[in-house]
Amino acid sequence: MITAGIDCGAKNTKAVILKDGEIMGKGSVLTGFDQESAVEKSFGDALMRAGASRDDIEKIGATGSGKKLISIADVEVNDIKAMAKAANWFFPNSRTVTDVGAEGGRAVKIDKNGNVADFAINEKCAAGAGAFIEAMARALEVNVEEMGLLCLLSDKEISMNSQCVIFAESEVVGLIHAKTEKSDISKAIHDAMASRIVSMIRRVGVNEEVVMIGGVGRNPGFVDSMKRELEVGNLYIPDEPEFGAAVGAAVVAKEEA
Amino acid sequence: MAERKKQEFWRWTESSWKDPDIDWKDAKFITVGIDVGSVSSQSCIMADGMIFAYANMRTGSNSPNSARNALNYALETSDMPEDRMDYCIGTGYGRVNVPFADRSITEIACHARGANLIYGPGVRTVLDVGGQDIKVIQCDEKGKVTNFLMNDKCAAGTGRGMEDFSDLLGVSINEVGDRSFQYEGEEPEAVSSTCVVYAKSEATGLLRKGWTTEQVLAAYCKAMAERIFSLVERVGVNPQFAVTGGMAKNRGIMERLMPLIKLERMRTDLDTQIAGAAGAALFGFALCQKGKGRNKQ
Repeated sequence: MITAGIDCGAKNTKAVILKDGEIMGKGSVLTGFDQESAVEKSFGDALMRAGASRDDIEKIGATGSGKKLISIADVEVNDIKAMAKAANWFFPNSRTVTDVGAEGGRAVKIDKNGNVADFAINEKCAAGAGAFIEAMARALEVNVEEMGLLCLLSDKEISMNSQCVIFAESEVVGLIHAKTEKSDISKAIHDAMASRIVSMIRRVGVNEEVVMIGGVGRNPGFVDSMKRELEVGNLYIPDEPEFGAAVGAAVVAKEEA
Repeated sequence: MAERKKQEFWRWTESSWKDPDIDWKDAKFITVGIDVGSVSSQSCIMADGMIFAYANMRTGSNSPNSARNALNYALETSDMPEDRMDYCIGTGYGRVNVPFADRSITEIACHARGANLIYGPGVRTVLDVGGQDIKVIQCDEKGKVTNFLMNDKCAAGTGRGMEDFSDLLGVSINEVGDRSFQYEGEEPEAVSSTCVVYAKSEATGLLRKGWTTEQVLAAYCKAMAERIFSLVERVGVNPQFAVTGGMAKNRGIMERLMPLIKLERMRTDLDTQIAGAAGAALFGFALCQKGKGRNKQ
């Protein structure tokens, strides 16, 4: 059976084509202001890469903040459920999963079948979301990719006083004026953000195999800070973690077919 | 660092003032209060407990320098030598970084004391909306704090958030208040996001949908007023009610906040941003009267 999952997020819209437990194709585009065309475009890209046509797809699952705008979907999948199913699909032993995206973060406790046992969510404050690192990268005048790598060069512990992105920006400017190394500032930023996400994860409980999905999982500096904060040896992150929720939606589409 | 040619819409006007009827030479005690806030710094020079001169400037990245600049600005305006100062108190976020101060006092105490002087002893609730925090302070007839609540974690509802917004919309911060009323038809709904970062994305979306800058400003000012009100509500308001801090000058927010509070706010001709510095200078005056001043007479 071939299903598709589309995740219309705050920043990017992602689509995957899933066939018999394998990912056949993926597509990702900036969401922008026209969610419907972002959905069309990402879905089209994924189909092309999978070498499939629209008629081959039996069910489409939709998730993400723009899920209601995905008119081609058969199943609307709750964001929490999508991430739970995705974690279970990628790493069957996982019991805790966190999703850190552009405009929010979530932590979910799951059982062995990928069903949701408990969850915590932040979508009110940018301090625990990818937007935080993006804003700080702007203040440091480096690009986001560089930001994560810079962090790995530092072993200093500088704590940030501000929680709010807006205030942290001023704090970063202060650190720059105080001639602090960019790498040390980058580490302070990633540590601060990781500590916010981890405190959310601790609310639902941490186990050995913590799975992380969402685009911020691509940032090696953030992953490093997360491991330190969580005090675990390894974080389980799928390749291209930003497609996590889309995979989850495709899995649910199959289960509910 | 790349040179930025962008216009700084957020930049508000720095200012100073002096009372022409007061001569510092006649004063027994000259006391100074320095309020180093996260966004702005003020200095207030008092002659025997009366406000003689003050200055209001932007805080730089270095607190000691900001404190010094604010003092120098007021000294220049007042034409008084620095060594005439009998006592100096630092307050605000950077209060421990005022190198020339004799001691520091928290801004909560100073704001209550300052509001008591500026607005008169009738004030019982002081709302201070500053650059980085919102304080709701209840005080007695002597300006002594009886209860307070402070939000300093989130930029929503603060001056710093407003600065970011004026920059995004390209409207000078001094014009935000007036412009926010220049829309046609019904008043728009408040922006739904609390977080300034999210509110900015929401605003960009509204502009693309065809809203005018004025409508977006109205929606944001309304959201700020609601946010500030939610804090005020938690402590409660006892009349009389006064507002201090930079946001007291923004009618876009004040005229949307006051109907929620259902009270008139007290008025003053003085700069609302100097309440903290004035309170600090007043504490200094009280100490001088107890013989703790630098230049014992």
